[in-house]
Amino acid sequence: MPILSIRDALNQALREEMQRDPNVFLLGEDIGLYDGSFKVTRGLMKEFGEKRVLDTPIAEEIIVGTAIGAAMAGLRPVAEMMTVNFIMVAMDQVVNAAAHIRYMFGGGIKVPIVIRTPGGGGHQLAAQHSHSHENWFAHVPGLKVVAPGTPADAKGMLKSAIRDDNPVMFVENEGTYAVKGEVPDGEHLVPLDKNEVKRPGDDVTICAHSRMLLVALDAAKDLEQLGISAEVVDMRALRPLDMAPVIESVRKTGHAITVEEGWRSFGVGAEIAARIYEEAFDDLDAPVARIAGAEVPTPYNKRLEKLAFPAKADVIVTARALLGKN
Amino acid sequence: MKLDQRPTETARVLSDKSTLLKLYREMLLIRRFEEKTAEMYQMAKIGGFCHLNIGEEATIVGTVSALRKEDYVYSNYREHGHAIAKGVDAKAIMAELFGKETGTSHGRGGSMHLFDHDRRFFGGYAIVGEALPLACGTGYAIRYQDKPEVVMSMFGDGATNIGAFHESLNVAKLWKLPVVFVIINNQYGMGTAVSRASAVTELWKKALAYDMTGERVDGMDVLAVRQVTDRLVAQARDQHEPSLLECVTYRYRGHSMSDPDTYRGKQEVTEWKERDSILKFGEYLKRERLASDRDLEAMDVEVMAEVDAAVKFADESPEPDPKDLFRDVYADEAAS
Repeated sequence: MPILSIRDALNQALREEMQRDPNVFLLGEDIGLYDGSFKVTRGLMKEFGEKRVLDTPIAEEIIVGTAIGAAMAGLRPVAEMMTVNFIMVAMDQVVNAAAHIRYMFGGGIKVPIVIRTPGGGGHQLAAQHSHSHENWFAHVPGLKVVAPGTPADAKGMLKSAIRDDNPVMFVENEGTYAVKGEVPDGEHLVPLDKNEVKRPGDDVTICAHSRMLLVALDAAKDLEQLGISAEVVDMRALRPLDMAPVIESVRKTGHAITVEEGWRSFGVGAEIAARIYEEAFDDLDAPVARIAGAEVPTPYNKRLEKLAFPAKADVIVTARALLGKN
Repeated sequence: MKLDQRPTETARVLSDKSTLLKLYREMLLIRRFEEKTAEMYQMAKIGGFCHLNIGEEATIVGTVSALRKEDYVYSNYREHGHAIAKGVDAKAIMAELFGKETGTSHGRGGSMHLFDHDRRFFGGYAIVGEALPLACGTGYAIRYQDKPEVVMSMFGDGATNIGAFHESLNVAKLWKLPVVFVIINNQYGMGTAVSRASAVTELWKKALAYDMTGERVDGMDVLAVRQVTDRLVAQARDQHEPSLLECVTYRYRGHSMSDPDTYRGKQEVTEWKERDSILKFGEYLKRERLASDRDLEAMDVEVMAEVDAAVKFADESPEPDPKDLFRDVYADEAAS
């Protein structure tokens, strides 16, 4: 199977879907002539022309609004928000428009848009360029939210998102674009509503998505050496949130840890923990442990920034503590 | 005021008796519908916010009547009349106001969120300025699919101060989108007068910043509005040139049904009512011997009967089924 980076897997998904369906078009800041801020859209304007790869002004509200209006008239737009931080400017369009239109108009229309956007920190970009907002999106009925962590899932979920009839928030991570892995050629579709075990284990369940999935998998390897068998569940499908593999895993391990880059309060881990308590309380041998970003605006200083985001060591220490092995 | 001479084509259409009477009837229907709506609101048949179009009939009918069935309208939350003018069934509109399953949005939207896919009435939106970017997106889709359609984006004076307005005008001109932006300048953004909210009080001038056609018209004169709109719609359809049209009008009632209307003088309201568009247009029709007093009265009776039938339909329609609370959150039901 070909080995691709997440960046190239996403590029392949976009190219294949644009070849398959003439109604698919891309829009965003510097996605065309510039080839994309993170080069995910590299070469696509050259291949498909300016109509289907639309460079926009730096004006986030019009990017999302244009996508919605075009979708309502029959197209399948894929909007790139250069980074998730800028989407704050367009949140009215995301929530009040994209997420609500179908319901508030009584099902009279659908809004098949994809908003691709990278989030996450760790690059010394400070407070305004280091956010993780997937929990904000996942709070909203009407949106679907996914955050894949592997190249194969990146391709397969983006293709599924483009074919989906709902607004899909497709959350990427700046720190994973170069991560490589096997990616099936051609038609490879991954459902938007299925989470899965990425590494089986018996002692503790670790739930993580996007870049933190990779951190969790890395930690699980080390834990193995320390005599702890960790099962890692990829929480790539955040809304609808597929809890089935988590519950099944917790029934076996009796211990659960959530890992996310974003802030702890009202976060992804909070939701996962609540669902575990609701559905598998009696199977737990200890409270669910949440690992999350420090609740500060992300600092610029490299040493401070490192303290602000979860790392492999945090997962290892937390797992050992949870299992009473410290 | 910046108005060119009436083009020949428009003059022909507007001297046609049946067209003129149709315009009058639509204005009257909106007036009577809204009066009845106020009554139903006071009887608590209608809940939530409720914003009336009374006073703005010439602006609404003058603009929307210039469109074809396949053209799109995006509107705001004061949109009952806009929907009527686009051909949406008055029965379905009243049923929506009543929150009934037979309403345009199956009782999920209410007064501020009317919608009709077939009539291409693409919705009432309750966030000021929100729908302008959507109109641009639909305009982009029209160009993308190479269709001879036009989008009309209707909003109030207050929307011209919001970022989305400027982002929309910019890309409409930049990408040559077939969009006609219509400012319904009724002088107040809720209770704040235009002069207290906008640095530029002749709002059409905001088009100049985007090198876009800007026009200002007496929004109380249906023929003047229709004449200039005809030209702007043709420009959008044939040349993909967007435009900004400011219709200067007035709402006789408060911002919403709960507005005590203390921010403007009674004299001002009275003066505008003296220029009432339906009254003036009726006089014009009589002067031109296109209709008699009796004709207009007969039409009024007919329109009132239509409104009464809408109320009856709404009243007798079923409420949404509680089991359908989650229907249509997603396009695929499994996800709901």
